[in-house]
Amino acid sequence: MDILLAIAIMALGAVVLGAALGFASIKFKVEGDPLIEKIEAILPQTQCGQCGYPGCKPYAEAIANGEEINKCPPGGSEGVQRLADLLGREVKPLDAEEKPKQVAIIDENTCIGCTLCIQACPVDAIIGAAKQMHVIIGQQCTGCELCLPPCPVECIHMEVIAENIDSWKWKYPVVEIKAAPIKEAA
Amino acid sequence: MLMNLFKFKGGVKPPTNKTQSLGLPIAIAPMPSRLVVPLHQSIGGTPRPVVEAGDKVLKGQLIGEADGWISAAVHAPTSGTVIEVAMHVQPHPSGLDAMCVVIEPDGKDEWIVREPVDYTSLTPEQVRERLQQAGVVGLGGAVFPTHGKLTASKTVPMEEMVVNGAECEPFITCDDLLMRERAEEVVRGIGIFRDLLQPKKVLIGIEDNKPEAAAAMRAAVEAVGEDFQVIQVPTLYPAGGAKQLIRVLTGKEVPASKRSTDLGVQCFNVATAYTAWRAIAHGEPVVSRLVTITGNVHEPRNYEVLIGTPMDELLKLATPHPDTDGIVMGGPMMGFLVPRPDVPVVKATNCLIAHSDRLFPPKAPEMPCIRCGSCAQACPHELQPFEMYWFSRARNFGKTQEYHIFDCIECGCCSFVCPSRIPLVQYFRFAKSEIWAREREKNAADQAKERFEFKQYREEREKAEKAEKLAKAAAAQAAKKAAEAAAAAAAGEAPAPAAEASSPAPVAEPSAADAEKAAKLATIQAAMERAKAQREAAQPKNTEHLTPEQQRAAEEIESRRATAGLVPPETPVNEKSE
Repeated sequence: MDILLAIAIMALGAVVLGAALGFASIKFKVEGDPLIEKIEAILPQTQCGQCGYPGCKPYAEAIANGEEINKCPPGGSEGVQRLADLLGREVKPLDAEEKPKQVAIIDENTCIGCTLCIQACPVDAIIGAAKQMHVIIGQQCTGCELCLPPCPVECIHMEVIAENIDSWKWKYPVVEIKAAPIKEAA
Repeated sequence: MLMNLFKFKGGVKPPTNKTQSLGLPIAIAPMPSRLVVPLHQSIGGTPRPVVEAGDKVLKGQLIGEADGWISAAVHAPTSGTVIEVAMHVQPHPSGLDAMCVVIEPDGKDEWIVREPVDYTSLTPEQVRERLQQAGVVGLGGAVFPTHGKLTASKTVPMEEMVVNGAECEPFITCDDLLMRERAEEVVRGIGIFRDLLQPKKVLIGIEDNKPEAAAAMRAAVEAVGEDFQVIQVPTLYPAGGAKQLIRVLTGKEVPASKRSTDLGVQCFNVATAYTAWRAIAHGEPVVSRLVTITGNVHEPRNYEVLIGTPMDELLKLATPHPDTDGIVMGGPMMGFLVPRPDVPVVKATNCLIAHSDRLFPPKAPEMPCIRCGSCAQACPHELQPFEMYWFSRARNFGKTQEYHIFDCIECGCCSFVCPSRIPLVQYFRFAKSEIWAREREKNAADQAKERFEFKQYREEREKAEKAEKLAKAAAAQAAKKAAEAAAAAAAGEAPAPAAEASSPAPVAEPSAADAEKAAKLATIQAAMERAKAQREAAQPKNTEHLTPEQQRAAEEIESRRATAGLVPPETPVNEKSE
């Protein structure tokens, strides 16, 4: 009799807990993969495709599935470091050359107004219409260089963004190292 | 008059070094050879230049138009010719360039037409507008546009207005002399602020090492007939910090990441009040300011200096000692060595100290932190500088923010007391600017992501729209075809009787539309007949007049074709025509 009661109690417990878990899995369902979102938040969102994926989100998905974390040149070595911290992976040197932040500039005298760069720009940072001069909105340009290859007259070039007073950063305080006075052995 | 004063935690007492520059009254600095006026001299938007090279300008003429509400106009400090509008090195620790208007004075110092107004006849909105147009900014050092601070909060009643005459930083005496010599105008300026904000009390805080200034201010308050309280506060650096002075005078502690206005307190510098009065009651925009010139010089003194005067020309007035090797802008606690001696005086320049190793001996090398906690005791904001130092040093910026690095006012008390001579403030500045840069990058990335996603969405939408359009067009095409087929079916019945009775019967068609249709059909029919006739006329003639032998060969070929399942060439034509 006791054993039946024990079984009944255990069964009841299983049913209750199962129901609670089932309810929780529906009620607190997480949409999408939170890891992918965290990875994507670290990526620089240039959408440049230099990693070999068509945008930052696909690369984030690939990283979540085990792709290397050192394929994002705009993110730089710091980006690699942060991805490594997030994922608990080893820091690797960047798989490409690190470049300073750049902005694309259209030479207005050469531009023929073909709209090819407008179609290539992933962030809609180019204004213009067919047979009208195009211009790049500097603040929106991510420096991805995707507009360079489609241009038939090669009128787009990249320029390194110069430091100004607003973007200037205080440098890391450098500790001066001085040679210790050499004491002669007594 | 006796009032309960409060204390703020921490603070230091560096040697004040103020007496040197107090011996002589304010002097007007002579006209410099040229004036380099930076356009961006206040917090907020960079003013747009409104003059070009070659323009003649008058003293007080607008040269930079305020860009947005939090921005203040810039004016020509004297009459002369604009030589260029170009990038020049700024009095900023970075040593970088910014846009400046360079003016060659003509020596006449001719004013624009000044329009003094009685501000009581203006609405508060107009007064604020005038202050913005006159380029009035906080002259205590932060250069925040003053009109932006003169709107009373709708939710919090304005309790106290604190006027800052503390001038706690060593060496600097420009506010002291201003209060001594021009107290009445300062008080009238405070009156403008009072009328705009309508606080219950106005408290003027002056450090007790300036008894002459306090006395002059008291006399002026009485003479003007105001009820402002002039209060002497204990001399303790940084009593002149806005939050510290508010604490001392009102006992209110401004919480982290809140503003004093949230507690019903607003704070202004005495020099700001003076320029506001000049702007309103005399119609003179801010084109000059008082600058203390002191340090390693023979004759330290306060000068009224035109904005844009090169610092090296100014320093010569006080005849610096030969071992002078640099100029510090601001005081010894918060100031910085200017990148070049010829950078211009700006609205934020309250003091120039000639630097020499004799006056400021180089610091002995930095030693490791021994965790003594002196910095935490000295911090007027009750922060823990040693914790922030470790995390800044390790570039662990998230942690520095947990320790409220953005509440640090960079007063330098911690560096001052550190027995290991660690440049703590430098570490904090480094950490702050890194955090800001990260924030900017993050914002840019978020924006790029949003735009990228919108572009993708737009492309999808365009594709869908195109597909829909195509589908619609296809449907329309299909409908048209179906209609044609139906018409053709109807037409297929029609020509038979027409052909049979060659014409007489259809004449009796009832409606005009039917008649038209029949006419069309008839023309089609006629065209087809013509085509048939033509085809028959164009039949190959080499099949006539054949020899029996050729006939036989042809028949043979025909039969072979027939057995191979091929249709003889004549048949389709015949079928169609029938």
